[in-house]
Amino acid sequence: MALALEGSQALARTVALCRPQVVAAYPITPQTHIVEGIAKLVADGQLACEMVSVESEHSAASVALGAAAAGSRAYTASASQGILLMAEVLYDISGLRIPLVMTCANRALSGPLNIWNDQQDSMSMRDSGWIQLYCATNQEAVDTTVQAFRIAERCEIPVMVCVDGFTLTHTLEPLELPTAEQVDGFLPAYAFRHGLDPAEPRSLGTLVGPEHFSEVRHAHHQAMMNAQAEIEQADADWAAVVGRHCGGLVEARGDPEARLGILTLGSVLGTLEDAMDSDPELPRARFIKLRSFRPFPAEALRQACEGLDHLIVLERALSPGAGGIVGPEVQTALIEMAEPPRVHNYAAGLGGRDLSLDLYSRIVQAAFGAERPREFAIIDADPELLPESDR
Amino acid sequence: MNEQPLHHLDTLRARQPRFRGLESGHRACQGCGEALAARLTTEAAGPDVVVANATGCLEVFTTPWPQSAWRLPWIHSVFGNTAAVAAGMEAALKQQGRATQVLAFAGDGGTFDIGFQALSGMMERGHDVLFVCFDNEAYMNTGVQRSGSTPHAAMTTTSPPGELRMGKRHMKKDILSIIAAHHIPYAATASVAYPSDLRKKVRRAMDTEGASFLQIHSPCPLGWGHDGAKTIEVARLAVQTGLFPVIEMERGELIGTLPIRDPRPVSDYLKLQNRFRHLFASEYRARKELEHLQAIANRNIERFELRGVGSESYDTEGADTVHRGGDRWA
Repeated sequence: MALALEGSQALARTVALCRPQVVAAYPITPQTHIVEGIAKLVADGQLACEMVSVESEHSAASVALGAAAAGSRAYTASASQGILLMAEVLYDISGLRIPLVMTCANRALSGPLNIWNDQQDSMSMRDSGWIQLYCATNQEAVDTTVQAFRIAERCEIPVMVCVDGFTLTHTLEPLELPTAEQVDGFLPAYAFRHGLDPAEPRSLGTLVGPEHFSEVRHAHHQAMMNAQAEIEQADADWAAVVGRHCGGLVEARGDPEARLGILTLGSVLGTLEDAMDSDPELPRARFIKLRSFRPFPAEALRQACEGLDHLIVLERALSPGAGGIVGPEVQTALIEMAEPPRVHNYAAGLGGRDLSLDLYSRIVQAAFGAERPREFAIIDADPELLPESDR
Repeated sequence: MNEQPLHHLDTLRARQPRFRGLESGHRACQGCGEALAARLTTEAAGPDVVVANATGCLEVFTTPWPQSAWRLPWIHSVFGNTAAVAAGMEAALKQQGRATQVLAFAGDGGTFDIGFQALSGMMERGHDVLFVCFDNEAYMNTGVQRSGSTPHAAMTTTSPPGELRMGKRHMKKDILSIIAAHHIPYAATASVAYPSDLRKKVRRAMDTEGASFLQIHSPCPLGWGHDGAKTIEVARLAVQTGLFPVIEMERGELIGTLPIRDPRPVSDYLKLQNRFRHLFASEYRARKELEHLQAIANRNIERFELRGVGSESYDTEGADTVHRGGDRWA
């Protein structure tokens, strides 16, 4: 039965269904409603869990790390500056191969201060060694969260579930929540092979010198690559339970005959689909939903892009001084195709800039118009608001 | 028990069924106070513990992969998050219904400076964790840079004496007052020169429910510039001069001190260490700084009422300092 739920409330209840034993968090907009929801479930006795309200995100990640290493399923959530403050701990969690799950309620980074949605925060952790799964809808966020715990624990790699701040976290809509039986049947009790136990004392996080460090990194990289199969498997297995797919690593949808592709991460996909559906005059597109950004599913992406002449990569973050972050990676992956599509790379919707239905025609015009083709651009920047020298 | 003479090796071993959490063979320097302090702490704490260890000498000299000197479950994450990692382990063990105790180990940098926020949060939330600060009064692992714990006027590589400076300009941070302000159930200071006292405090802290804090003064021969054979002597002089007060607190209130029988002049302590060498030059600034340090010691003695009233067994001269096996024969 579908319930009318705010995205964050749905996530709080979904996390609770996964039975974390320790949740640690520090409040930051737009993550707050998620951890408030969990705190209330703990307070009401509906979730047996230590809710640790810490004094910083650095400690939130550290408490989760300690808890998971000591043998308990652990969860945290953050966004924006919180992700940056956690950064050194996030690298450490993944480097120690400690399985835990974090929700990133995607938000812009300072400065200047901006609390609204884009994906610069999770993109800044691109190389942190975490699995990153992007959710296009709140229903996907619910289902991906359950899957994330199994993926993390099977692969011994932490998973960041990326959910667009406000657009998803603060939107109320009808959602299907799984039952406890469904989750319990899918997700076995937490077990960490390398946990801390006086009966079998081991040292975690030792000093590793040049003679072993490359192998540590190689093993981590290989585990990430291997995680692709587990991400697909988790999605398939969960679909067998609840009847809903999230799209595995990467999903092609829209018009399968289209020669134009549009690749997105996160919730902007729905806007573009609505735009195409509402205007038959617009060129048809195949939508490429990149769900797994790390590991980067190069092979699955090539298959999804088969037959395309053009691919617009639309992202909600950028690397100033270079351009897109996802775009160049996509282009590199597609170059091995016999006939790769021409890649056009744009950013839009930064810092919560509203993405309306006309986004579709704007990116298509930019890609096919005569003006500055192939060049990266922030497609919805208003030249009128820029100083002359920056236009 | 009395079939064999006391001094038979096997008898002695049988009488010292000490658990060793930190094995020998690690890579600490000769005379390392921190290694001694960590061994004494883990011996007293016993085997049913998990340890979170901050980045620093202790982490580096005990765990050069693939070796480890620890016989305890041990984790190192990063420099500043030790108290938070320990808090997470404690929360997990609590949820699991296990009685295993949690220790957090950090140097003075990981306690006074970069680890302080996490420590304050852990104490405020009342996690059942014993946080041990091995205080060697500078960033030794990176090559002796000044920390918030470095004493006033001490030379480090980032507080060098020169034409304009006489070593560290600032005071050693009064960490005890800050810890006291958290009103945790138990907090204490100890010194490697008084191992029996140190062990008692570890056990006391382990028996305390809630957060506890132990600051152990741990000389660093390399960083302080003294003979590695004189670690205990230097540590004892720090206590005997009043520069390092050995005290206990409950809920932030002073409940006990290690009395000083006959306070020694601070110069007796300082002159053994190269980090204070510039204070013994024949110049006005040096004399003034020596006076300043003596005033700090006097103030400690006054503040904590450290001056002993007679020849008590528990004071700076009478407390166990030599017997192997600690207070077994004390």
